Order: sequence, then structure tokens, then C-alpha cells
Amino acid sequence: MTDRIDTYSETQVKTESQDQQPLLEIGSLKKWFPIQRGLLRREVGNVKAVDDVSFYVNEGETLGLVGESGCGKTTTGRCILKAIPPTSGDIWFEDPEMGRVNVTELQHQELVQVRRNMRMIFQDPYASLNPRMSLLDIVGAPLKAMGIARGKDLEERVAHMLELVGLRPEYMRRYPHAFSGGQRQRIGLARALAPHPKFLVCDEPVSALDVSVQAQILNLLQELQEEMGLTYLFVAHDMSVVAHISDRVAVMYVGKMVETAATQELFQAPRHPYTEALMSAIPRPDPTPREKRILLTGEVANPANPPTGCYFHPRCNYVKDICKHEEPVYEEITPKHYVKCHRAAELSLTGMTSLA
Amino acid sequence: MSENVLAEIKNLRTYFHLAEGVVRAVDGVDLVIKSGRTLGVVGESGCGKSITALSLMQLVPPPGRIEEGEITYYRNVRATPSSNVADAINISKLKPNSRQMRSIRGNQISMVFQEPMAAMLPVRTVGSQIIEAITLHQNVSQEEARTRAIDMLARVRLPNPDRIIDNYPFQLSGGMRQRAVIAMALSCNPNLLIADEPTTALDVTTEARILDLMRDLQQEYDMAIMFITHNLGVIAEMADEVAVMYMGKVVEQTDVQSIFFDAKHPYTQALLKSIPQLDDVMSRTGERKRLQTIKGMVPDPYTVLPGCPFHPRCPEYIPDTCNRVVPEVIEVEPGHIVRCHLYASDIPVAQASEDMTL
Repeated sequence: MTDRIDTYSETQVKTESQDQQPLLEIGSLKKWFPIQRGLLRREVGNVKAVDDVSFYVNEGETLGLVGESGCGKTTTGRCILKAIPPTSGDIWFEDPEMGRVNVTELQHQELVQVRRNMRMIFQDPYASLNPRMSLLDIVGAPLKAMGIARGKDLEERVAHMLELVGLRPEYMRRYPHAFSGGQRQRIGLARALAPHPKFLVCDEPVSALDVSVQAQILNLLQELQEEMGLTYLFVAHDMSVVAHISDRVAVMYVGKMVETAATQELFQAPRHPYTEALMSAIPRPDPTPREKRILLTGEVANPANPPTGCYFHPRCNYVKDICKHEEPVYEEITPKHYVKCHRAAELSLTGMTSLA
Repeated sequence: MSENVLAEIKNLRTYFHLAEGVVRAVDGVDLVIKSGRTLGVVGESGCGKSITALSLMQLVPPPGRIEEGEITYYRNVRATPSSNVADAINISKLKPNSRQMRSIRGNQISMVFQEPMAAMLPVRTVGSQIIEAITLHQNVSQEEARTRAIDMLARVRLPNPDRIIDNYPFQLSGGMRQRAVIAMALSCNPNLLIADEPTTALDVTTEARILDLMRDLQQEYDMAIMFITHNLGVIAEMADEVAVMYMGKVVEQTDVQSIFFDAKHPYTQALLKSIPQLDDVMSRTGERKRLQTIKGMVPDPYTVLPGCPFHPRCPEYIPDTCNRVVPEVIEVEPGHIVRCHLYASDIPVAQASEDMTL
């Protein structure tokens, strides 16, 4: 018993000493898409794709963002780079040149500047590369656009980037069609990393890849993170991949953040019923029969017309009266563990148990 | 549960003759599908798992062609288990649009595809598509077919089946659509259901429900399932037997326990090691681990490699053998077969002549 208390205080001291300003801090981010009807295109409602989401990402860490399709995880990632303008909210980014800036307020020139340091890689390696551009053009594009390099210098930098992601620099003049899915994902990564960014939004970067290639790309991402001191927001729906790569994991449901915690803590001791159901649904590569899993009934709520109270209540196994009328607060229940559930304190939920 | 053989694939070769060369999509596959059991087929994209299934349905798209091999289908196994030889049909010899093939396809052997939106016609209601399948194969009236279609929708646990039957596919969510597609596939009570990545496009919570449903329906109907996927987690949950494919060949086949706990082929072993394991994450302390990878990548489909197709990537590669001699099928234990020189009683050495050395 005393042992446990000791280790606990030790970890606390550690986290406190590491408590620097986070690299990225999102406050009440909202992205609503208007629904328009009729001849005059009157606004009749909003699809609340991202609705009041707050989180932070520390320098050098990987934050995994999970949730079912349509929960707003990709939209969140895009809003951070202002690839789509958010409806409201703050995105504080610690830019090495400009200092702490609110991305939502930046105008064109400053935005170009800040995007040197925050970049993105995409899910589909076939759609995200222009087939008419050679690798030199693709990887060199951000360097040219940002006025970082040109001519011979550009070529050298591109060659270096290609080498960094495990492609041969001789391939510089080739076009994307000559490369496989995994190699294309490497090209996309080289393009993102070309201006030496601090922060990378990875939007389902391995979902379209085969398992053996997926492993190569995941390892590459980890290697580059260590070498270049990168920080990742890793958006994905595959829980085992997210668990493998993330230091902390955030779970979204219908545009809202429902739970955030350190990876092991979240998987072993989830505090939100939705997280519990999500864990239970993961198909695990082990044929040993296991306990009956928790199956969710019903469908994901419609973000244009969400239920009252807690959005998850129609599917929740632990629903109480209060859940139907009042929206729960997203609060820190134990240090660094945030949950949005009325019953978070009283419920004891099942997490992943080690099979070994 | 019966152990009768329902379909048997022997030395199947399905090739695509393209201007760029010949793609040997399926290159000598042997598989046995037993009635009431689930055969899982795993492999990376391009390994030929889908083309094997399409060959079984005589649905290989041109310019693909079944070049060689036999696909024997025992039509009446379930009805008369004792005399199954009498009603053997060699599917590989049937014309794709022949009367006999059409009476089998969608009726006794049916298929569920990966993309539920693509599997249904968007301009017709869910009901009319299921009713069509029923009236095509069974001698029933329109009204009777409709009743049966509603019953099928209820069986796949869709809420309000009498309303959903008149919905269009776009009105259903992905999970509901996949249920409707399964209802359509099961509407004629097939002997064999081929499921080609049926849950890959779905979310985990929806996937869990669809897999549960398929298991229940299998018991209810006592049908065989050929389950094609690249997800080893799904295989572990669904399959009784597993076949691992690589470059058009089955490299290992055995029961599901042995695949996960006693894999023999280096490819199977490497595949299992390259997936992120939640157990490792749970037990990790401090430093994050790297995944083990398979070096290199799957060669382009036009390549014909001498010897074992996996040899350039294999960690156990035996020089002068693996790159020259095609490995034979070896039965390492009863019911556990593997195509690898490591398990041969005496390792075949190629008659190496000086000029052949690389």
C-alpha cells in the first residue's frame, strides 16, 4: 500500500516538473456547418460537427484522437490548421518564430508563416498527391511557396527529405503513379516535413495501408518524432494503432470530447461508458474465447439534431434521469483524466485486461 | 455441427492477361470449405483472396479467366449428408451466365461485399432488391416474397422492417445498409455465404454488432461462411479454419488456434508480429516499442519469382533453395499445412550449376 502511494507522488512530481506551456491549446472550438433550405437558402439549422471541444497537446508527445465516423475528429484536425475556418473558439499555438499565437485570428500572410510549423498528412495516399507533379514538385512545393528554398538548394533539400522518409533521392523526377500505397504515404510525409515543422496533424495516416506496410509507417513516424522533436495529433479510428502510438488519447462522440487520459489509464480504466463500449468492441487477434462484449444498441446521434442532455444517453447502459435532461460537464476527475459524464465518479467500468 | 465438405477448390489458377503482362492473381490455390464452418482467408491486398472468392462465384471480371483447376461444389450436402458424391458440380467448368451457374449464384452461394453502398442499387428500394433475389430463385408470388423479405430484415435485427423495406439505400446508415445486404444474401437460405471484407468500411462498434449477427445467423441456418479479411482480429473472432494467402498462393492453412499460437510459415509469423498488440501497450513501461516489420514490400503483380514467392522478404531465407525450388505443400501436423522449405524432411537443394549463381 505504501508502495503505491510512493509511486503516485513520484509521478505527480514528475508531471508537475514537466508542466510547461503546452505546444497547442484548443479552447471551446466549434465548427458548425449551416443547413440551408429553399430558394433563398435560409439557414434552418446547423450540423454541429465540432461542438465546444477543448484540449491541449504538449511538446514532443502524441495525442491520439479517436471516435466513430462522423464524430468530428477530422474536422477538428482541419480546424487546427485553419484549413477550414472554425465557427468560434481559440487555437493557441506556440510558434517558434512568432511566439504564442491564436491561429483563428491570423490573416493570410501570418497563416502561411504559422503553417511552416504546423502541417498535415492525409488518409488516402492516392488522392492526396497530384498525379501530374513529380516528387520534386510535390515535396518542394511548400518550400517554394513559403520562400524557403529554390533552385539547387531546393533539390538538395528535397533529396534530403526523401532520404529521411526512406525513399531514394534518385526517384525525385518520378511521378506518384510509380509508387505503392506505403511509398506514397512516405511522399506525403516528406512533403509535410519539408519546412521542418513542430507539429503534425496525422489524419488516419495508416488506415488505407496493409498491416505490414502500416507497421513500417508507424515505426517511421516514431523515429522521425524522436529525431526531429515532432508533436503529433494522431486522428484514427483503429484503437490498437492509436494505443500503440499515443501518449495520451482523446475520445470524441458526436462533436464533443467525452474522455481524455493517458493511454494506459484510458484503456485499463475508462471512466466514460462510451469509451468502455469502444474498448470492448475492438477485435483482438486472439482466438481464446473471452467475456461477452458490450454491444451498443441504436445508431450514432445525428449531429444536426442531437438528443437532449448527454448525447450518448439513448445508447448508454448506465443511463439515469439526469442524463436525459442535463448536459454533463467535461471535467478533470483525477489528475490529467478528463471525463464528460454525470456518473463518472460512481461508475466502475471495465477496461482492457491483459490476456497474458 | 456437420463436418461435410461443401466445396473444394483444387489447384485453382485465375490469371489476368493484360497488355503489361500476365497477373497471376490466383496461382494454385487449394481450399476446402466445410458445411456449417467458417473459413477465414487472410492476406494483404493483391494476394488473391478476393479473386479466389469471385472465381467460386464465376464472377471473375474480364480480362480475368480461370485457367486451370477445379472448384467442386456439393449441392445437396445439407439435404442428404451420406450421398454427397452424386451431386458434385464442377463450377470452374460452368459458363458464368449458364442456367446452372445462375441457379447457384445468389441462391446456394451468395456474397456480401465490402462496400454496402455499392452492393445495392441506389435508385431502387431495399425491399424491391431483396424481393427480386427471392422471386428469381424461388417459385413464390410477389406478396409471399415481400413477406419473406420483411422477415429477413427482421432476422438481421433491423428495427421496423415493414418500414425499412420501402426505404432507399441512402436512407440507411452504413451499419443498417450492411444488415440489409446480409438480409439479401441470406434471403434464399444459402449453403455458403462468401463475406468479402464485410466490416472493413464500418466503425468498430457497428463491426462488433455485424460480426455477432453473422455468428448467430450461421448457427440458425447452419451455413458455411468464407470470411475474407485483412484484419487478424476479425479472423480470431470469426474463423474456425484459417488460410493465409501470399501472392496468389495459400502459404499456410490450419485451425484458428494454431494460426495464432503455433504459426509455422515465416510470413504468418511476421504478419502476426507486425500488428500493434493492445497487450503490449497495456504492459509497456516507459519507452514505446517499435513494431516488427516485414522488410521490403509485396512485389508488383506482374513479377513471377522463382522458388518461394516470399523469399526476398523472408527472415528465414535459405540461399539456393528458397529462391530456386517452389516449396511443396507439407502437412506438419494433421490438418496443418504449410508451404515452406523449413518444414521439409530433407531440404531440397537445387541442382546448382555455376552459371546459375546470383
